Formats: sequence, C-alpha cells, structure tokens
Amino acid sequence: MTDQAYNFAYLDEQTKRMIRRAILKGLAIPGYQVPFASREMPMPYGWGTGGVQVSAAVLTPEDRLKVIDQGADDTTNAVSIRSFFQRTAGVETTTKTAEASVIQTRHRIPEEPLREGQILVYQVPIPEPLRFLEPRESETRKMHSLEEYGLMHVKLYEDISRHGHIATAYAYPVKVEARYVMDPSPIPKFDNPKLSDNPAIQLFGAGREQRIYALPPWTQVASLDFEDHPFEASKADHPCGLCGATESYLDEVITDDAGGRMFVCSDTDHCDTRQAAGHRGKDAA
Amino acid sequence: MDAHALEGGFADPARDAAHAFRAIMNAMARPGTLHDITGATPPAPLSPAAGAALLTLCDTDTPLYLAGDADCPAVRDWVAFHTGAPLTGPSHCMFALGRWEALGPLSTYPVGTPDYPDRSATLIVEMDALTDTGARLTGPGIRDAAALSLPGIDAFCANAARFPLGLDFLFTSGAQLAALPRSTHVEAA
Repeated sequence: MTDQAYNFAYLDEQTKRMIRRAILKGLAIPGYQVPFASREMPMPYGWGTGGVQVSAAVLTPEDRLKVIDQGADDTTNAVSIRSFFQRTAGVETTTKTAEASVIQTRHRIPEEPLREGQILVYQVPIPEPLRFLEPRESETRKMHSLEEYGLMHVKLYEDISRHGHIATAYAYPVKVEARYVMDPSPIPKFDNPKLSDNPAIQLFGAGREQRIYALPPWTQVASLDFEDHPFEASKADHPCGLCGATESYLDEVITDDAGGRMFVCSDTDHCDTRQAAGHRGKDAA
Repeated sequence: MDAHALEGGFADPARDAAHAFRAIMNAMARPGTLHDITGATPPAPLSPAAGAALLTLCDTDTPLYLAGDADCPAVRDWVAFHTGAPLTGPSHCMFALGRWEALGPLSTYPVGTPDYPDRSATLIVEMDALTDTGARLTGPGIRDAAALSLPGIDAFCANAARFPLGLDFLFTSGAQLAALPRSTHVEAA
C-alpha cells in the first residue's frame, strides 16, 4: 500500500530530475564523480542516503526491490530501506537476487551473477578514492582531470614495503576503462572482479559527499596492482559453517567468550538458497 | 498562449516520468539499443519520444536550445507550460532539441571542462527513423559491438576522441529512443 501523503518514491519530481540528469552524465563518463544536490532524507548520513536517492530516482512501480547490508537482507538498515520504498513507492520487495530488478547494496555485490536488465545501486560513504591521500577537493579534482594517479600507486607500494603485500582489503581502488580511478565503495576486494564486464547497470550514490557515479554494463574495470604484485581477490580460507560453500565471501562470527568462532556466508540469500538445496556445513544445526 | 499548449503532458507525472527515465537510462547505458518511450503528446513537429524526454529531464534549471523547426510558437508555449525551461542559444544550453541538420555545428555546444566534464550539453536529435543498423558502435555498455542508424560518422568520432569531454546524444523517432554517450567509439560499418 502506497502512502498517499508522499509523492511516488518519496522525492519531489524536480529533485528526481536533477538526480536523473546526474545519473545520465555518470553513465556517459564511466567512473567520473558527478556532483549533485543531495537532499536531506528521513535517515542519518551514513545510513545510505545517497543510495536511497538514486533508488528513488530509478524505481518504477513495476520494480521488485532487494536491499542488502553487508550481504544480509535482514539487518536494520536493509529492512528499514526496504519498508521505506514499500511504503512510499508501493514496489514489491524480495530477498532473492534472481527475482530483483533493482538491488540497493551496502558494501557487497551479491554472489549470484547479475543479469542484463538488473540495476545495482551502491551506498557510498567516501566516493573520492584519493581523499585520504589528498584532503583538498580542488586538488583531487585536478588530479582526476590530469589523470595523475601516481599517489595511489605510491600508497599501494607503501603497503607492500610495510606488509609484504597490498594490505588494502576493502574499498580497493579500480581504474575504469583505462581512464578514471574510482572507489568501488567499501566492498571487499573479493568482489572487485565482479565490477568488470557485469551485465547489470551499476550506480553509486554518496549522499553526504553529494556525488553520483556509474558503470554501464560490460564496462572494463581493473583493480590497480603491480606486475610483480598482481591483484588477488581474497577471502577467509574456510568453507561456510552453515551451507559449506567454498567459493563465497565469509563473515567471521564470534560465538562465545572462549575463542569460539564460525565462518558463514555474508550473502544471506546465497546461503539460504544453498541450504534449501540440501547443502550443509559443519556448524549447521 | 494557445490552449493546446496546456495539453499533452504526462497524465500521471511521477510514474510516467519514472517509466520514461528508465527507457532513457537503459538507452544511455546500452548505446545502440532501441527503447519505447511514451506518455507525452507534444505539438508538431516534436515526436512523442522527444516530448517525453523533455518532460523527464528538463525544468527551470536546464537552459534549452530549440533548433530549426522545433523553434516554433507551439513548441515554445508547450515547453514553457510543461517544463519552464529557459530558452537559450546553443553555447549556453544544457539540452538542445532539433533535427540533425538544424543542430549543427557541434562546436558551439558546451563540452564540459577537464575538472567538470559533466557540464556538457545533451542533444536530442529528431530522426525520421531509428534502426539498429548502420554505424558500428563499441565501448562501455556494449558487449561486443552494436549498430545504430546515426545521421553521420565523423562528427561522432570527433566527439568520442575528446573523451572525457564531449556531448551526449539522444535520438528520437516517433515513440522510440536510442542514445549515444561520448564514451562510445563510432566507426563506419
């Protein structure tokens, strides 16, 4: 049931037009951060205000929405955003990756491969990959325009000299179509290969920082690395305790005060689907 | 103002605009694909697709350039009533609308700056027909190669060569729409 007190999908039409224009420029310049006039949303910054605004601008009444937070459909953030759009846009919702037409995500890409026609909306906290290396927006903007990304390679090199390998494990910087260096949002680097050549449209919204960027389908996205230290997508070296999956990204869950722990799929839909198909891990009840 | 100018807008603005935007976004994300876009009935000579694109993207914040035939009192009144977009010349527009011959030369439109390549014009090009044959397209949004009946080749090659600066194009014919972003590489078939 749509809440009639609000416009369709909460935002007013002029705001949606402004966001839609930014999305189109973002798609035309893959990896470039388009400034937009982010609105105050009925949730605090850091809870996905950018993703929510992008979702509001792309949703149609026929869409089926899935929202995940660190891969899970059942966390507070995911549940609230799902019910927000259920109420203001009247859209159907689902937890199944395959059934969703629009997926809003915080910090994960679903395990199940996406298909053409799906839209993946990322919630982005800090869209500027160079921000922690250079705090001035005027300078980072100049660095992007001049394609001056040496500083990022120095950072990765310092990782290697200090730790023996590139220690960046999430928000691992990527280069889009050999032009813009982009922050893929804090997804684990395990998910980085899925950014490239993906059949779905990928949209990134940063509410507090007021930036939108995008990857059209089949865009080439390369994780930055060195010839002698090639990029490696890593995960905990365990099978999932519940479904026994060996290929999925795992969360480590502390189970008691005595060092007990288990590893479970971070993608709850993937894990549930596997368990329903009869797969069992060593910790399954 | 002619009373006809008050008609032909979206019947259900929020939902019609959402559908129209999905068509435009899919077109821009997958250059060379054709999409149906309906809901608007603008005055002649505008196509329903061009009218829907205007209603979806233009408002008081977007200077609009009407080129050639499109710059007639009926269209001006319709645009003024339904979008409120200020009319301007090609050098200061965010959107331009007209037939290919009327829109040129492309060198007069803003292509963005190195710091802000998004501050560039989007051209809505009215076509007699749109088919997925003709110029060969490659680049982001295209798996292997796509084809689109573009009104030329050289102008689009030159546009793509300026990446990340450049213009983005929407092509409209009847109730159909296709798009060509600056990131697409264009060559003769």
